[in-house]
Amino acid sequence: MQLTVWTYEGPPHVGAMRIATAMEGVHYVLHAPQGDTYADLLFTMIERRNKRPPVTYTTFQARDLGTDTAQLFQKAARDAYNRFAPQAMLVGASCTAELIQDDPAGLIEAMGLPCPVVALELPSYQRKENWGAAETFYQLVRKLCTGTTPAPKGDRTQPLVNILGPTALGFRHRDDVIEITRLLTTLGIAVNVTAPLGATPADLARLGDADFNICLYPEIADTACRWLERTFGQKTVRTVPIGHAATRDFITEVATLAGIDATAALNTSNLPWWSRSVDSTYLTGKRVFIFGDATHAVAAARVARDELGFEVVGLGCYNREFARDVRDAAKLYGIEPLITDDYLEVEDAIQALQPELVLGTQMERHIAKRLRIPCAVISAPVHVQDFPARYSPQMGFEGANVLFDTWVHPLVMGLEEHLLTMFRDDFEFSDSAGASHLGHGSAPAHNVPANDLQPEPIAAVATLAESAAEPAGWSAEAEKELMKIPFFVRGKARRNTERYATEQGIAAITLATLYDAKAHYAR
Amino acid sequence: MTPAAPAAAPTALAGCATAPVLRERGQREVFCGLTGIIWLHRKVQDAFFLVVGSRTCAHLLQSAAGVMVFAEPRFGTAIIEERDLAGMADCNEELDRVVDRLLARRPDIKLLFLVGSCPSEVIKLDLSRAAARLSVKHAGATKILNYSGSGIETTFTEGEDACLAALVPELPADRSGRPSLMIVGTLPDVVEDQFLRLFAEIGITTVHSLPARRSDAMPPVGPDTLFLLAQPFLGETARVLEDRGATRLDALFPFGAEGTTSWLHAAAQAFGIDEMHFRSVIAPGRERAKRAIAHSRTRLEGKRITFLPDSQLEVPLARFLSNELGMLPVEVGSPYLHRRHLAQELALLPAGTLISEGQDVDLQLDRVRAARPDLTVCGLGLANPLEAEGLTTKWAIELVFSPIHGFDQAGDLAELFARPLRRRDVLRV
Repeated sequence: MQLTVWTYEGPPHVGAMRIATAMEGVHYVLHAPQGDTYADLLFTMIERRNKRPPVTYTTFQARDLGTDTAQLFQKAARDAYNRFAPQAMLVGASCTAELIQDDPAGLIEAMGLPCPVVALELPSYQRKENWGAAETFYQLVRKLCTGTTPAPKGDRTQPLVNILGPTALGFRHRDDVIEITRLLTTLGIAVNVTAPLGATPADLARLGDADFNICLYPEIADTACRWLERTFGQKTVRTVPIGHAATRDFITEVATLAGIDATAALNTSNLPWWSRSVDSTYLTGKRVFIFGDATHAVAAARVARDELGFEVVGLGCYNREFARDVRDAAKLYGIEPLITDDYLEVEDAIQALQPELVLGTQMERHIAKRLRIPCAVISAPVHVQDFPARYSPQMGFEGANVLFDTWVHPLVMGLEEHLLTMFRDDFEFSDSAGASHLGHGSAPAHNVPANDLQPEPIAAVATLAESAAEPAGWSAEAEKELMKIPFFVRGKARRNTERYATEQGIAAITLATLYDAKAHYAR
Repeated sequence: MTPAAPAAAPTALAGCATAPVLRERGQREVFCGLTGIIWLHRKVQDAFFLVVGSRTCAHLLQSAAGVMVFAEPRFGTAIIEERDLAGMADCNEELDRVVDRLLARRPDIKLLFLVGSCPSEVIKLDLSRAAARLSVKHAGATKILNYSGSGIETTFTEGEDACLAALVPELPADRSGRPSLMIVGTLPDVVEDQFLRLFAEIGITTVHSLPARRSDAMPPVGPDTLFLLAQPFLGETARVLEDRGATRLDALFPFGAEGTTSWLHAAAQAFGIDEMHFRSVIAPGRERAKRAIAHSRTRLEGKRITFLPDSQLEVPLARFLSNELGMLPVEVGSPYLHRRHLAQELALLPAGTLISEGQDVDLQLDRVRAARPDLTVCGLGLANPLEAEGLTTKWAIELVFSPIHGFDQAGDLAELFARPLRRRDVLRV
């Protein structure tokens, strides 16, 4: 048993959902109790998808156990097939259904549905989300490609590739695919299939037509790529194009496999000049702590040291399956790798190292916020903020530009730092005023409470800050009531009440005044 | 002003009191009972909620909480792993180890709930025995209780019901010999204080809340206890309170001017408070509520609304919206319909409203698409997909997390429903 507060990865069936949701024409029947449908909101809220994930949950209850859960599963599968008419189906069990051992694989086979069905075995008590996604993708590819014959190359001269790995709920996968597709087009290379994102089962069946594969996200696509190598003899591009230099390496690797000359495509990011320009001098030797999934963490470390001139003081990942990559990378920087999915351990490491910048996941963002260290997010697990409306890839040359901006932005800019030093003694720039680039709440006085047991400091500070300018007239009772209003709207409540009191000619603000004003300004 | 006669007992056949209920069974798009931990842990400030479950449970809590702003919240998950499933003895030892470690880290915790989940129920891990065993071990420092928030047994708010019901046997016996009032159900502190003030002004002197804000301040209970449910989903809690001799006061739930009046009035009557005094005390709040509600009335009047099942708040809220704002309920779905506790509410729903219980989400969405209500109240998994189909929605979960009870929140409650419609009207994109 492992005590967990926050988790980096969901259970493996959420990984399977990421594949099903990324694709078109696939439906996933999940044997699961009520409540497991929470996973839908990851896609509809965090990613803002405008469709429900293509998942049917059997929703068994305690009273079904030992009676007809198997029948329930078959009914759900039949209804789902009839309603959604998928080209292929996935079936599987969530953690609870795994325990009741209904054997979805056997049950679905007995039904003889007229479409390919992949029965997933995702051991919930051993594995996690990324593994579940990789396994699901691999099983789908295997099922749909087995027995297919690659189309003959004929007189086709243009190289043809597959882009493998992007999923739903992936960290910037949508934009990475656009960027890499554009890059390949520049090189004169055509994309056969991008999968799973946007692909249909029929698309997967023609993966063998491509000359080689691009393993864009190893966490998701590595298993499938290895199988395609064995089955169709397709080579795999394994350089992950995150950062300027890695993108150049990627292009070289692709060009070699495609047998083309790529020199013209090699230099189109602003990162090198932005990094060499004098304003960036102050970036030199900034101590940076990096944590995320292995692929993004390793890539970030290279960019941090070689392209921005930072010093990498910490490097780690939460997915043990790829720990070896992180260990190898850590050797390059002469540091101990941190392989853990215990976020408290990561917090301890950050606290001990006291870096000047944290590059991490949303978890590290919260840790960094608490420790008042600048932070940029480089990896899943994702948050609604990680799905910006604008185009914001991590990969390719545009991705390199994005990395420069998003990592440097949390730090004080060079010229700004110079001015701060100049005006150090002015009261606006005193330490207690906090750093403007960290936003509100960065001043020491506004410390985020260490835990939720201590909401008082915020309240106290807000009173101090506001009371100076306040007219008298608040009864103690009303003042006390005001403090129960969340601090972020308290100022507004106070202003409205006072304006109301003034308008009504009320001298003493009582509880009733407070609520009268609330009713008055209610919309 | 003329305070309306506080909602009297409705006539037997009014509204939807005897309306047939559409019962459905299929995929449910609702949270499980673990989700209640999100608001329960904020309320009882020295309690910790330890879910004994799977990675899915931990992931659910994290996703439902939406944000991860608290460095170390007062809830967590003991994730069952492969090796725990090998043998039960091992599982109990592991749980003891996790609890020891947790309590060593957090000596501020005075009340620990072991919360059962789907996996722990299925492997029949006996958390009540574990709680008894661990209570002895940590006696004097931490009280340890258990309840189940599993999805195979509880739907969303039923988790709070199970939690409060687990507290009831632990409540001290009330031997004062004087009647007291108990408000049952988790309310935001600011709302609870409003009610306590109102009851004091009304003249009811001894008023307790369940749950209390601290574990050592839980209210006494006994035959002299009269209780008001502040939430409609507390069927089991009411039952065990009645087992301890307490009496439930029947009323509308305290939403809107009328619901709040009825709710307060039930207590006033039971305590023999003079009618004129009662009316004069509640008059200012009631007036304020009506004024605040009026702001949303033009926006909501005549608009058709469907509730998909979520928190069991659906029936009282539909009553509020139809009676006080002139909305027209099309379908009012609830995960579970407690007919006795909702009798007065159902009687006030317009006749012809479709009342449904349980869910088969695909069939229910077919009905929504056919009826095309002006507003659909639904869970987070359905809201954006419905919006994309051109149906305006309101997140049901906000109704559970926001202060909506009582006179001074009535305007806010109405505004929660009016805002999506106003937004739809102002957007030009």
